[in-house]
Amino acid sequence: MTEGFLSVENLRVSFATDDGVVKAVDGSSFSVSQGETLAIVGESGSGKSVTAQAIMGLLSETRAVIDGRVVLDGTDLLALKDDEVRRLRGDRMAMIFQDPLSSLHPFYRIGDQLVEAVRTHRKVSKKEARERAIEGLRRVGIPAAERRVDDYPHQLSGGMRQRVMIAMALINEPELLIADEPTTALDVTVQAQITELMVDLQKQTGTTLIIITHDLGVVADMADHVCVMYGGRVVEYGTIDDVYYHPAMPYTQGLLASVPRLDSGRSERLDPIPGNPPSLINLPSGCVFHPRCSRRDEVPGDQCRTVEPQLLEVSAGHLSRCHLAQNPSTQGVRDV
Amino acid sequence: MSDDDRVLEVEDLRVHFPVRSRGVFPRTIGQIRAVDGVSLHLGAGETLGLVGESGCGKSTTGRAILRLTTPTAGRVVVNGTDFSGLSRRQLRPLRRQAQMIFQDPYNALNPRQTVGSIIAAPYRIQKVDPPGGVRNAVRDLMDRVGLNPEHVNRYPNEFSGGQRQRIGVARAVALSPKLIICDEPVSALDVSIQAQIINLLQDLQKDFGVSYLFIAHDLAVVRQIAHRVAIMYLGNIVETATREQIYSRPLHPYTHALLSAVPIPDPRAQTERERIVLGGDLPSPLNPPSGCVFHTRCFVAQDRCRTEAPRMRDMGAGHQVACHFPLEAQQVGTVIHGPDSGLTAQPDESRYFSESITDLGAVGTTRLDSANSTDEGI
Repeated sequence: MTEGFLSVENLRVSFATDDGVVKAVDGSSFSVSQGETLAIVGESGSGKSVTAQAIMGLLSETRAVIDGRVVLDGTDLLALKDDEVRRLRGDRMAMIFQDPLSSLHPFYRIGDQLVEAVRTHRKVSKKEARERAIEGLRRVGIPAAERRVDDYPHQLSGGMRQRVMIAMALINEPELLIADEPTTALDVTVQAQITELMVDLQKQTGTTLIIITHDLGVVADMADHVCVMYGGRVVEYGTIDDVYYHPAMPYTQGLLASVPRLDSGRSERLDPIPGNPPSLINLPSGCVFHPRCSRRDEVPGDQCRTVEPQLLEVSAGHLSRCHLAQNPSTQGVRDV
Repeated sequence: MSDDDRVLEVEDLRVHFPVRSRGVFPRTIGQIRAVDGVSLHLGAGETLGLVGESGCGKSTTGRAILRLTTPTAGRVVVNGTDFSGLSRRQLRPLRRQAQMIFQDPYNALNPRQTVGSIIAAPYRIQKVDPPGGVRNAVRDLMDRVGLNPEHVNRYPNEFSGGQRQRIGVARAVALSPKLIICDEPVSALDVSIQAQIINLLQDLQKDFGVSYLFIAHDLAVVRQIAHRVAIMYLGNIVETATREQIYSRPLHPYTHALLSAVPIPDPRAQTERERIVLGGDLPSPLNPPSGCVFHTRCFVAQDRCRTEAPRMRDMGAGHQVACHFPLEAQQVGTVIHGPDSGLTAQPDESRYFSESITDLGAVGTTRLDSANSTDEGI
């Protein structure tokens, strides 16, 4: 994989619990180029949020065992000290969370929270910080921003709160923005407003955006590249066209086939992926997806049950973690 | 369908929650009109999708039908029996005929009871002795919903989200009810699991002839399971029609906006699609707008909409809409319906999402950033 603006190399995160070691992320690698949007797609427990938290340095080192490299513009974030990461966070990189209500402090006016975000990283007067806060709110489409800046979070609707979160994340013009399920808690009509806003803002600012979601529709709306995660691993990576129109991994194929859609003919029955997601304490042998895979018997020698497949290129820039990708008929298969 | 076939009939259901002032002598200072005159009906073996955004009153409607919330007014007839105004004790026969499946499979199951005990609860409460005994009935139910009957003595925490929802389904069908109210039954589940549960619900309907009131916000899921769809906005039903009508020829501007807001998992189609992005947020049900409740966000609203509430009217073939200016069929492309034939795809319904939305012309990309939407919605 080419060196990007942000590259994650062989990231591993595990948590020790009473039931055993939870391998939340187990060898995740991908990269994002400057100014592009990468979507990390996966179901609950696939490791997508933990990956984001590891990039942002939000995992407690006493609880999580982190291994690998997260390189942002040449700096290995995992090698930095806590206070060095803290200086980057909110400045060069920022994050938007799923639930805006629990991410805003209920006792402080949104303006004060925005001013704090500015003054933590920039040496500006309170007055100027407040002006930046109002400007930030205006940019995310909050009407009467100069009045709204003095509201408390509970006075705003869910959509407006999420706009405030976006304003706060963007206030110091970060080079990297990670949005973890930014629209999941919102209604569809509001979701449409927020995705449109994020796409517009990204065009204006050129921020590199990583969006984490389980909604394949939102991904289709926003992303340039897609990274599909399953059982703590990246199982497919490619351009949005590669992943949506030529999915190589049976999990991706199953995911796309199982979603009820509005745009195509309705069939009487859906075609679900059988079974349940794997336990991260006790991962299946071989390919983590094999217990649910309909094509596991197509690979000779029972490899799917015994040998863990590598993330390999199936075509230029399109990677898949599947033994089927090693089929001799596939041209140009090579290790990454 | 004759009225006798109706498993559920709801007339002018209202649920208002009083808002009281603080202090030693609280006074009622307002009413939250969560449900404000909902009428609907459901035939045997039919699924009605009740769709709307959060706060529109769809869940309250479902709960009020089962009397988990006390309605302020209105009539609820289940299977020919009027249950309005009955006491808790008198309601017990209702609970045998009508059950509920909840959204959150984590909170809907008692963590201290075994799965066997949870699924057997309806038999215990209703003092029903199923043929072959409760133990066998529970095992049969578990088998029927795709759970391993050997896990009967396990606790809910030992199951995944999808499996827990199966437990909830087994409990709901235990007494072979005529009606099941499904309140967002798949929205807490992962995509790959959603499809499993939708298929299960459809299979059970085929086997038992049960009717579903399927409450959801996800229009794609509703299209998969519902025969008819009711769209709700701020305590009112604004449009009711068959599935084909709603998805290929929606008449209410709100339905249009909802359909166009759903992102579809096809990047090329998604970029080509023109979308109606509604400005503002849902107004407060404490102080609903005058006239048509949707006029503050509507892209075709005119003066009349601000003063006069539209009545529900029939536009033919049972397609009902509450709008002064329903979008005409020719505006969205004339669609000829094919019969709903088994496994074959129905391209008709997809028309709306490809080229036809552009036929809306002026409506296509109308935005409502300005004017009336700015402050009211927040």
